[in-house]
Amino acid sequence: MTEPKSGGVTPPTFVVRAARRAAWAVGGEKIIEALVYLCGFSAIIFVLGIFVFVFKEALPILANDNFSLVQFLTSSDWFPTSETNKRYGVFAMIVGTASVTVLAMLIAVPFGLGAAIYLSEFCGQKTRETLKIVIEFLAAVPSVVWGFIGLTVMSKLIVQYTGAPVGVNVLNGGIILALMSVPIIVSISEDALKAVPDSYREAAIALGVTRWQLVWRVLLPAAKQGLLAAVLLGVGRGVGETMAVLMATGHAVHIPHSVLDSVRTLTANIAAELGEAPAGSDHYRVLFLTGVLLFTLTFGVNLIADTIVRGIRRK
Amino acid sequence: MNAPPVPVMFVETAAVRRKLRQETLAKWIFFSMAAAMVVPLLCIVGYLIVRAAPSLNLEFLLEVPKRGMTEGGIWPALIGTIYLVFISLAVSAPIGILAAVYLNEYARDNWFNRAINLAVINLAGVPSIVHALFGLGAFVYAARFGYSIISASLTLAIMTLPVIIASTRESLASVPRSFREACWNVGATRWQTIKSVVLPNSISGILTGVILQVSRAAGETAPVMFTGVVFFKAAERGDIFPYYLNEQCMALSMHLYTLSTQVPGVKESIPFATAVVLLALVVIVNAAAISLRVYLRSRKKW
Repeated sequence: MTEPKSGGVTPPTFVVRAARRAAWAVGGEKIIEALVYLCGFSAIIFVLGIFVFVFKEALPILANDNFSLVQFLTSSDWFPTSETNKRYGVFAMIVGTASVTVLAMLIAVPFGLGAAIYLSEFCGQKTRETLKIVIEFLAAVPSVVWGFIGLTVMSKLIVQYTGAPVGVNVLNGGIILALMSVPIIVSISEDALKAVPDSYREAAIALGVTRWQLVWRVLLPAAKQGLLAAVLLGVGRGVGETMAVLMATGHAVHIPHSVLDSVRTLTANIAAELGEAPAGSDHYRVLFLTGVLLFTLTFGVNLIADTIVRGIRRK
Repeated sequence: MNAPPVPVMFVETAAVRRKLRQETLAKWIFFSMAAAMVVPLLCIVGYLIVRAAPSLNLEFLLEVPKRGMTEGGIWPALIGTIYLVFISLAVSAPIGILAAVYLNEYARDNWFNRAINLAVINLAGVPSIVHALFGLGAFVYAARFGYSIISASLTLAIMTLPVIIASTRESLASVPRSFREACWNVGATRWQTIKSVVLPNSISGILTGVILQVSRAAGETAPVMFTGVVFFKAAERGDIFPYYLNEQCMALSMHLYTLSTQVPGVKESIPFATAVVLLALVVIVNAAAISLRVYLRSRKKW
């Protein structure tokens, strides 16, 4: 405290300092808070931006008389560079994406779920930590490295064991994609299993069930929504994956008849042809339209998965 | 005289044995399912390293590609990746962290902020090739940055943003509310509280989240291949500043794609070595993030 002078009361130093500070600090804080708000809104701006920019580039083709949206979605004739008879039909690629994703999920869901059950119910603390680190690493392997593995390692194995003429096909893409989507399935499923109240476990154990019965009869039914969300997120990952499927599925635009057929997916098609399509051409715009289709598809899948996850958290 | 009946308490009956068998069986089934993901990964990594061995040396890292990329090293790609990663994170980390601060500290629960949350989640789910289309439309053409490091980095920045927001938010939310209340009670403003209490206490989680995005940004190919990364760009051996920001550059991920699909006659071990370098980069970065997390968690005071 400063010494009081005659004729008036001087406020204590810290009050003086606080008062002096306030003058510029309040202004500075306003600026920073404005910045925080701006950054907070940025996510919305970016999502809208992505939609607007991708849609804007695709829009002129929809107004084009020679182009019909129905044909785009249902025809499997893809001749973008033909001189006389250009056709833009992505049905074969939709089927390609679907077949690779479905196969990947058929492999990844049981294994991911099994691993999640092992992690949350059966193993000790140390094993869990180790396994989680390995799974985190599995998630971090870049997609182009997965593609490279599919191209070099997996394709040789497939040719050797199935006798397929080419090793890059639906099976290859499916296995690679399964390995890529397993980490997200494991982590979300594990969360879902963890979210089942302990009282459920205790009640079951008190009845003398084995852990297998506990998992099968109590935990899986109780956590089924979360498991569904995990599968959906895996599907979202599978549909959106680009480089790995570009390198591992071969490059044939046709509807596959078996898992040993080569296919092309929607994402791989954009990645392979965008470089060759001159900016502003019909071909270029159709590729952007494919982008709009992908965006909408993953948007829907993620939205549903998120609604489910949120519902579980609230419980 | 009859002996008094021995009280039989815990005898293993057939049913109990069956139960135990069932339990062990279940445990092994689930263990093998977990192992079925881990073992192939280790085998594949081992195989890649063995195949890459002839090219794995320091010279490979520092040398430039030679003879139409069929020989030589990966220096320009490596330095290009470092450029892309640092610029993209320099953009996305501040925006992401502040956005998370907004969502966790300022945002009330109303429709607008729910929409922002939804946007963050959907931004995370946008396929990487759609990011590429956006980068091409927005940065290359609309903003007139052309095919350049800037365009590619900004595209990557938008891709990494939602994950940074999510991880930062999680670590902000883990700071107990009582910390904030104590700070408000001594008269601190909202921002002062965030600056001197919330952020210092959550910095470990924030940093981990940002570091993990280094490996993601380094590994992505699709978003950069149409916005600024090219097959080949001449550079000096060991040159740290080979590119201007408005130029195109090479990147490791793209280099691996090019080598393995577009260039005929590459020396066998070079693509493998490129893949191993990329993997090693990811592993080192992730290991750094994990050990940082473990270290800082052990020092946590609550």
